[in-house]
Amino acid sequence: MTAILTVRGLDARIAGQQVVEGASFEVAEHGVTALLGRNGVGKSSNIKALLGLYERSGEVTFAGERIDRLMTHRIVQRGIAYVPEDREVFGGLTVEENLRLAERGGAPNRGIVAELFPELIQRAKQQAGTLSGGQQQMVSLSRALMNDNRLLLVDEPTKGLAPLIVGTVTKALEAAAERTPMLLVEQNLQVVRALAHSVIVLSGGRVVHTGPAADFLDSDLVHRHLGVSTDEEAA
Amino acid sequence: MSTVLLLLITGIGLGALYFLVASGLSLIYGLMGVLNFAHGSFLTLAGFLGWEVGRRIGDGTWAGLLTGMLVGLVVGAVVAALTELIFIRPLYNRHIEQVLVTVGLGLASVALFEGIWGTDPIQIRLPEWLGGTTDVLGANIPNDRWLLIATAVVVLVLIVLFLQRTSYGLVIRAGVENRTMVTALGIDVRRAFTIVFAIGGAAAGLGGVLASVYYGQVGAHQGTSLLIYAFIVTVIGGLGSLTGAAIASVLVAVIQQFANFYLGGTGDLAIVLALAAVLLVRPTGLMGKVKH
Repeated sequence: MTAILTVRGLDARIAGQQVVEGASFEVAEHGVTALLGRNGVGKSSNIKALLGLYERSGEVTFAGERIDRLMTHRIVQRGIAYVPEDREVFGGLTVEENLRLAERGGAPNRGIVAELFPELIQRAKQQAGTLSGGQQQMVSLSRALMNDNRLLLVDEPTKGLAPLIVGTVTKALEAAAERTPMLLVEQNLQVVRALAHSVIVLSGGRVVHTGPAADFLDSDLVHRHLGVSTDEEAA
Repeated sequence: MSTVLLLLITGIGLGALYFLVASGLSLIYGLMGVLNFAHGSFLTLAGFLGWEVGRRIGDGTWAGLLTGMLVGLVVGAVVAALTELIFIRPLYNRHIEQVLVTVGLGLASVALFEGIWGTDPIQIRLPEWLGGTTDVLGANIPNDRWLLIATAVVVLVLIVLFLQRTSYGLVIRAGVENRTMVTALGIDVRRAFTIVFAIGGAAAGLGGVLASVYYGQVGAHQGTSLLIYAFIVTVIGGLGSLTGAAIASVLVAVIQQFANFYLGGTGDLAIVLALAAVLLVRPTGLMGKVKH
């Protein structure tokens, strides 16, 4: 596997407390790599740490370049887009302003928003804070997908969404992953099964398993590391 | 009736002065999480330099005053931007240290101003019309209040237009909501910090010159005393809210005027009680929001 992102010995702290401990993993340059683990194990913290949103140390290499000493905006400008947990749209701005704010470079792809989420075009003048959770997730995804990125970091994109919206979001992610590699944090294992080619499993802040997604999801490691069985996943 | 009208309009005039100081404070805190204790220094320095230049152009003339206002605006903006670049930026994300630096700057600058211009306030000359009054339904309104109100309205409109119509305004509005997410979109939010400091400094600088019009003097402690009221306004209005600062400025000043007149000079006590009441009922202030 050729890696677009390599993480070696990543540590991160919030207010002096360690939230990521010596994480080492790679993200493939094609397809979706899922970052899995039980609640509170540090999945989101890993993403935030490699983006520089948390105080961190260790080695993070993106497309051959060390980025662990760069500020967050510089990392993003290199082509890494972030879709945060809980969407984090700017509620006081309109949908159109949220998208305009996210535009980078000369030719943002507004067409992809119309293609994947036509609803947003109709709601362009609506304040993002008044949108439903699913619509806010569409805004959050659009902010990432409209730029020409080289890696997507997507954190719990289906969390708290209605099943119908989960399907829409999953299709959008599938379409995005055809063009851009993705590191996906996701609790919904059906979504993981639909999208991911490989998995990285965290436990106690450390990486405890890496490998093909299908092999992991069909093994009893799911129960050991995530606390769910393959039957529960199907349910 | 005429007394109530007089108190109301003079209160709005004083509120205009508070707004010029509080608008910058509120924007700076909203975007950067920094309570800027050096803000009063921008005001004082702009007041002194505006007066120094203005009196050389024409002491007691409109040309002198308008030039002084322009000088105050520019001085406020430049000094504030330099403060951000030299003292605040190196302490990025270290809010306690940033606040301590501004406290130090505020204290040191007062000593510097006293060293240059002396400890006693200096009486200034104003255009004759500003010393007169205008009859409004039987109330004789001091003319300088109209200048204060008009300037504050223009500043409010310009800041709102900047925030609503420009790309940096968009970044600032987003940053006030969620600064971390702005950086996560690949935007260097530090540029917005400098711009917000400059805008706040410009408004405070203008306020410094107009404070000297309001009080009829310039002094080394002018900024410090106004800063206290501006902080109260900022907290009551809601940290980070320009609209909140505008509303709270008028409310605080009007309450102050009425309490001073009807309750035996208890204006300061009244606004502190108003502050306590707002914090108890609505801790985020009138228009403040819970930040991410």
